[in-house]
Amino acid sequence: MRLFKRKKLEDSLYKTRKSLLTKIGELVGIKKNIDSGFLGELEEILITSDIGVKATLEIIHDLENRVMEQKTRDSGEIYVLLKEELKRILYYDKSVLKDITPPEVILIAGVNGTGKTTTIAKLAYRFKEEGKKVLISAADTFRAAAQEQLGVWAERLGADIVQSQAGADAASVAYDTVEKAILKGYDCVIIDTAGRLHTKSNLMEELKKVQRVISKKHEGAPHEILLVIDATTGQNGILQAQAFNQALNITGIVLTKLDGTAKGGIVLAIKKELNIPVKYVGIGEKLEDLIEFNPEEFVEDIIGK
Amino acid sequence: MFEQLTNKLDGIFRKLTSRGKLTPSNIRETLREVRRVLLEADVNYKVAKSFVAKVEEEAVGDEVISSITPGQKVIKVVHDKMVEFLGGTTVEFNLPRSEPTRIMLVGLQGSGKTTLAGKLALFLRERQWAPALVAADIYRPAAGEQLRILGNSVNIPTVVFENKESPLDTCKRAGKIAGSKGWDALIFDTAGRLQIDQKMMDELILLKKKLSPEMILLVVDAMTGQEAVSVAEEFEKRLVVDGFALTKLDGDARGGAALSLRAITGKPIIFAGTGEKLNALELFHPDRMASRILGMGDVVTLVEKAEKVFDEEQARELEKKIRKQQFTLEDFYTQLQQIKKMGPMENLLGMIPGMGKLKTQDINFDERELVKVEAMISSMTMDERRNPGIINGSRRKRIANGSGTSVQDVNRLLKQFKLMKKMMGSMSKLGSKFLGL
Ligand SMILES: Nc1nc2c(ncn2[C@@H]2O[C@H](COP(=O)(O)OP(=O)(O)OP(=O)(O)O)[C@@H](O)[C@H]2O)c(=O)[nH]1
Ligand SMILES: Nc1nc2c(ncn2[C@@H]2O[C@H](COP(=O)(O)OP(=O)(O)OP(=O)(O)O)[C@@H](O)[C@H]2O)c(=O)[nH]1
Ligand SMILES: [Mg+2]
Ligand SMILES: [Mg+2]
Repeated sequence: MRLFKRKKLEDSLYKTRKSLLTKIGELVGIKKNIDSGFLGELEEILITSDIGVKATLEIIHDLENRVMEQKTRDSGEIYVLLKEELKRILYYDKSVLKDITPPEVILIAGVNGTGKTTTIAKLAYRFKEEGKKVLISAADTFRAAAQEQLGVWAERLGADIVQSQAGADAASVAYDTVEKAILKGYDCVIIDTAGRLHTKSNLMEELKKVQRVISKKHEGAPHEILLVIDATTGQNGILQAQAFNQALNITGIVLTKLDGTAKGGIVLAIKKELNIPVKYVGIGEKLEDLIEFNPEEFVEDIIGK
Repeated sequence: MFEQLTNKLDGIFRKLTSRGKLTPSNIRETLREVRRVLLEADVNYKVAKSFVAKVEEEAVGDEVISSITPGQKVIKVVHDKMVEFLGGTTVEFNLPRSEPTRIMLVGLQGSGKTTLAGKLALFLRERQWAPALVAADIYRPAAGEQLRILGNSVNIPTVVFENKESPLDTCKRAGKIAGSKGWDALIFDTAGRLQIDQKMMDELILLKKKLSPEMILLVVDAMTGQEAVSVAEEFEKRLVVDGFALTKLDGDARGGAALSLRAITGKPIIFAGTGEKLNALELFHPDRMASRILGMGDVVTLVEKAEKVFDEEQARELEKKIRKQQFTLEDFYTQLQQIKKMGPMENLLGMIPGMGKLKTQDINFDERELVKVEAMISSMTMDERRNPGIINGSRRKRIANGSGTSVQDVNRLLKQFKLMKKMMGSMSKLGSKFLGL
C-alpha cells in the first residue's frame, strides 16, 4: 500500500503554523532593552501559550534570579535564558530503556475527543514501519462507531485488530487482545479506550480495571500508559493529568493537534508539576502525522526565534 | 486547583471585608487578583485585560467605595459584569421556519459536533419539529456511521453521504428529499477542521453559499484555553456564525473560553453540552457560567438568601466558634432550623464552591434526612450536643431509640458532623454571611 507514503513535513499545515508563529516571534524580538513592561511581555507570551499563571509566575521568578546573577540587561540574552529554562523543564532522559518481555503493551487514555483513536493508528503505523508486528485493541466499547473508526484505520494501515460489540466490557476486550498477542507472538499491542472526563469516578474505575486485567495477564504490562492531550486545552489539562496519573500512573503524554495555532503550553505546567514527559506530538490527521517530541522545537515555537 | 482558586477569591473577599472601606488603590489590587482568577479560568489574555478595565470603571465608583460592605459589592460588580459580557440572559431558541430549516455545525476536530447534532435533533423533536441528520463529514473514518448510530438510537432519520459524494451534494440531496419525507429541519454535521486550514475553510464557505443555512453554530470544547479567541475570530471572519455551543461542561473546566467567544464576536452562546448522552443538552445560562468562571459556585444567590435569614450578630458569634473549632451539635441544630428557611438543602449545597463533589459523596443530606437529624439531635442531652465525643455505644442506642432511628443513622450523623466541622473550618474564610452552613 503506497497510499500513505510518508508526506514531507514541510508540506503540512504544521509549516503554515510555524511561519505564523515565527512572525509572532519576530515581533517579540524587536524589543532591545528591558524596561518595566518587558517582564509583562514575557508573561503575556507564556500565558497565551496556556502555560498557566502559576507556572508562568514561577518561571519568570526563576528567570529574574538568573538575570540578576548574570547581570545582564540585554533582552536577547534574556530570551536565551528563558528558552534554556523551558527546555530544562521539559527535558527527560530517553535513554533509559526498560527490559520488556514482548509483547510490549501500550494503553492510551484521555478525555473525550483529544485524538486517542487517531494517535493509535499513527503509532501502529510507526511501529509497523519499524518492522514490528502490531495488534490493535478496540476497547472503546462505548462511543458510537468507535469500533468502526478504529477498524477503518486498522484496515488502511494493514494491522490486525481485536474488536467487540458495542457495550461489551472494555477490560475483557483488552484482556482478549493481550492474550491473543502472547499466543500469536505479536511484538506490540496498542489499546484504545473510550474518552472520559477525569471527574467521572465510575469511568476512571473502569479504566483502572482495564489496567489491572492487563497486568494480570502479562507481567509488567501495560509498559507504557500514554495520556492524550489536545494542544488547545487550557488549564484543565493539569487536572486531567493529575486525575489520570493518580488512576493509572501515566508514563507519558501525546500532545495532539499541534498543527493548529495553539501552542500546547499546558504540557510545561504538567511536566513542572507532575514530572510527566511529553513523548509524541500529533501534527495532523494522517497516519504519518506523529513525531517524537522535541523540546527545542517546542520551546522555539513558544518564544519565537 | 479548583479549591485553590476558590480560596483565592475568598482571600480577596476577606482582605476587602477586613479592611472596611475601599480605596481606589486596594480596588486595583483586588482587580489584579480578579484578572489572575480569569486567566486561570482560561479567559484569553486580552479579553481578561479589557474585562478588568470595564469592571474597574464601575468598581471605583462612589457607590462601591461608600458602601458598608465594599468587598461584596466588588464581587457583585465583577459577577454582574461577567453575566453581562456573557450575554445577560439566556437566549431564547428561535429558529426561523423554512422548507426545510437548515442548521450547520462547524468547529475544530473533536469539539463535539457529531454528538451535538444528535442532541440538537432530539431537542428539536421535543419542540415539535421533524428533524433529520445529515452526515457531511467524508474525512474522519466512520464519521457517517457514528451519526447514523446516534440517529438510530433516538429514531431520527439520517442521510449519509454515498460513495464519492461530496459534502455539498449530500446536503443538497437531503434538502431535495426533505419535503417528501416530511422533514422540516436538517442538521448538517461537518468535518472537524483547523481555522487556519484554508482548503477546509473554503469547503465550509461553499456549503454556506450554496445551502444558505438558517443557523451556523460553532461548536467549542469548554476545556479550550487561550486559543478560543483565534478560533472564534477566524470562523467568524471567514464564515460569520450565528452562535456557539459550548460542550463538555459536565467536567470541571472553568470555561473561560465562553467569555472569549462572546467578547470577540458578540455572538451568543446558545447551547451547553453536559454529557455524552443525547439528552445532555441545555440552553446556555450566562449567570451560571459567570459563577463557574469565577469559581464562586452560586455564591451570589447564596449571599442573598443568607442575608435574609441570618442576623449579623448571630453570624459573628458563630464565626468565632467555627474558627476555634467549638462548633457543637447544639449550634448545628439551631443552624438547621435557619437553613430550613432558605430552601431545599440540595440546592444550597450546590451553591457553595467546592461543595459539588462533597455533596454526593460525603454529605448526603436529603430533606427526609434533615427531619431524622433534627429528631436525633433533640434526643441528645445538652452535654452530648456540646461534646459529641462522649457519645459512646450505649448512648448511641438510646438516641436511636428516642428518635425512632437506627444506631447506623446516629453513627452516620456523628461522622458527617465531624466532616462538616472540618470543612467549616476551611470555609470560615468565606465570610460571616456563609457561616450558617
Ligand atoms: N488537526 C489534527 N487533528 C487531529 C489530530 N489528532 C486527531 N485529530 C482529529 O481529532 C478528532 C478526534 O480524534 P479521535 O482520534 O477520534 O479522538 P478520540 O480521543 O479517540 O475521541 P473519543 O474516542 O471520542 O474520546 C478527529 O477528527 C481526528 O481526525 C492532530 O494531531 N491534528
Ligand atoms: N463529557 C462529554 N463528552 C462529550 C460532550 N459532547 C461530546 N462529547 C464527546 O466528545 C467526543 C468527541 O465528540 P464528537 O461528537 O465525535 O466530536 P466531533 O466534533 O464530531 O469530532 P470530529 O468530527 O472528529 O471533528 C466523543 O467522545 C463524545 O462522546 C459533552 O457535552 N460532554
Ligand atoms: Mg476514540
Ligand atoms: Mg464529527
